[in-house]
Amino acid sequence: MQLNDQPLTRTLRAALASKKILLMTHLVLGYPSFAVNREVVRRMVTAGVDLIELQIPFSEPVADGPMILKANQESISSGVTVAGCLEFAAEVIAAHGIPFLFMTYYNILFKYGVEDFVSLAREIGIKGFIVPDLPPEEGKEFLEITRAAGLAPIQIFAPTSTPERMRYLAGHGDGFIYCVARRGVTGSKTDFDTDFADYMVRCRAATDLPLAVGFGIRNRDDVASLVGRADIAVIGTETIRLVDSRGPGAVEEFIAGLR
Amino acid sequence: MDIKEGYYGQWGGAFTPEVLHSTFAELKAAFKKAKEDPAFWQEYVNLMSSYSCRPTPLTAAENLSGLFGGARIFIKREDLNHTGAHKANNVIGQGLLVKRMGKKRVIAETGAGQHGVATATMAAKFGFDCTIYMGEEDVRRQRPNVFWMEKLGATVVPVTDGSRTLKDAINEAFRDWVGSMDDTHYVMGTVCGPHPFPEMVAWFQSIIGIEARAQILDRTGGLPAAVYACVGGGSNAMGIFQGFLNDPEVELVGVEAGGRGLDSGEHASRLAGRDASPGVAQGYKTMFLQNADGQMRDTHSVAAGLDYIGVSPMLTDLWEKGRVRFAAATDAEVMDTLDLTMRREGIIPALESAHGFVQAFKEAPGLSPDDSIIINMSGRGDKDIFTIAHAFNDPSWKEFIIARGKEYAAE
Repeated sequence: MQLNDQPLTRTLRAALASKKILLMTHLVLGYPSFAVNREVVRRMVTAGVDLIELQIPFSEPVADGPMILKANQESISSGVTVAGCLEFAAEVIAAHGIPFLFMTYYNILFKYGVEDFVSLAREIGIKGFIVPDLPPEEGKEFLEITRAAGLAPIQIFAPTSTPERMRYLAGHGDGFIYCVARRGVTGSKTDFDTDFADYMVRCRAATDLPLAVGFGIRNRDDVASLVGRADIAVIGTETIRLVDSRGPGAVEEFIAGLR
Repeated sequence: MDIKEGYYGQWGGAFTPEVLHSTFAELKAAFKKAKEDPAFWQEYVNLMSSYSCRPTPLTAAENLSGLFGGARIFIKREDLNHTGAHKANNVIGQGLLVKRMGKKRVIAETGAGQHGVATATMAAKFGFDCTIYMGEEDVRRQRPNVFWMEKLGATVVPVTDGSRTLKDAINEAFRDWVGSMDDTHYVMGTVCGPHPFPEMVAWFQSIIGIEARAQILDRTGGLPAAVYACVGGGSNAMGIFQGFLNDPEVELVGVEAGGRGLDSGEHASRLAGRDASPGVAQGYKTMFLQNADGQMRDTHSVAAGLDYIGVSPMLTDLWEKGRVRFAAATDAEVMDTLDLTMRREGIIPALESAHGFVQAFKEAPGLSPDDSIIINMSGRGDKDIFTIAHAFNDPSWKEFIIARGKEYAAE
């Protein structure tokens, strides 16, 4: 099987040569403020995070749990705009040498204009997109434009995805595959049990792209349990919770202790 | 011609998270099988006639017709359905489908509460566990319906996110579903959401239009000049309009919530107003009330069931093609019309339904007495007693509430 050599995929494979597992973190732009986001990103990078997803808030984030939902809504209520998010992303990408992705819902791209959005994202150095409510069947235009721009449209596997479906999704994806660890929304506890091991075997069989696992990863043990099964551990809700309760400083210590 | 499955012109689709892909595949297959099975529709019609008072009557509103002096006004009485609204048509249909799929639990969202009450009723009848998501603001506005849902055995979850209305209840129901789809069916309440929901809900609601067309022909010997229906998501409108889609001489009029006026920014008029634009949210593409960034706006209506950000992709397509005309009724017009309809005809429309009456009353005088028009009365208004009493600023009702409050406080 010929390995995918899309720029983001190449970067991740290179990083995997020296690390057993990569760490991807997540933050909701503008929550609680861009100033805190800036500090959190700096501390995440210092602590050794390998890539960061920047969530552009949306008023109807159907796949997100209560914590990220609240962050989305508070960010929007505080007046954060898509233009402000793009500006902030440009700033942090220029300041830090790791890959950044945009995570958002399709309406944000649709309203902006997919072509303009992708083009601007490329210009500021974004490496890929995670759009959880855009299956390939609905995202033909987005997929073509993104790939033409050399960016990665990250596809999502779920435990309910059949092997055929996984192969179909992988055929439309680049960069890596985001494997949702369990059914449900973000932010709840995940059991990394036998079913999970079988699921990861199915994911691995469906694609040669690196596999990221997210939803419910909260500590060093969770990350350790992914070594050998996945390539990237995704930490989302937990860092938002930490920033809320103990401030940005707590994030650095937390991330540094994950592997 | 619809090129892509689940699309109506450029509107519709299925913008769903991957975790729900297999659930939608299962639902699509079950629905397709049921739709192709004449026995299923017969079972549905039989149940609706024995359990839900179908066919609902077509009432000649003679006093109002006399008052306005134009077209003969007929009212399709969906308020006489079991649980008091057209919502029963959809939930009983989906309940039969859930039985076929072998699931044990149903969830639903509700705005005005009528869909929640109907779903809770259906769950009680079929023996399903039932959870209803309802915006906290709507829980407050529609407390009598919450009471009934709970008494029918459902768990009512007040949703405190966002604007705490229907759109937030829909999001919360989806969140539940992505974790519970193995044994749970999401009973979508209107002709919105991802494919196949619009098609499925429209199919069950088409019973209104099938009946209404036969009834008006029987009563007047001809087709009506126009059919009026209020539009929140659009299920009662699609229900009755489907009976007349192939009759180009029948004008179809959807009436949205004009709230405090189309220029006030406080309304829920997607197609009648100028504030909506194309978007993709809650799993489908339609015209949404949103800002330039694509963030959904707050909406307002005196009627909890109409203050929704989107509208059925089917109706958006019919609007774009010029087959359905849209108008808006303000809160103030709705209250006046409600008062008039109660006093002149002895009928209490739901605040939602009264929107349709407003536009019909505006247009009836311009038509000939040889013409007839039909208003689809989607539901009955007694559920709105708190809102209506508040809007009428009724002093004796206020006294009653204060006295009853004092009694409870003393317990």
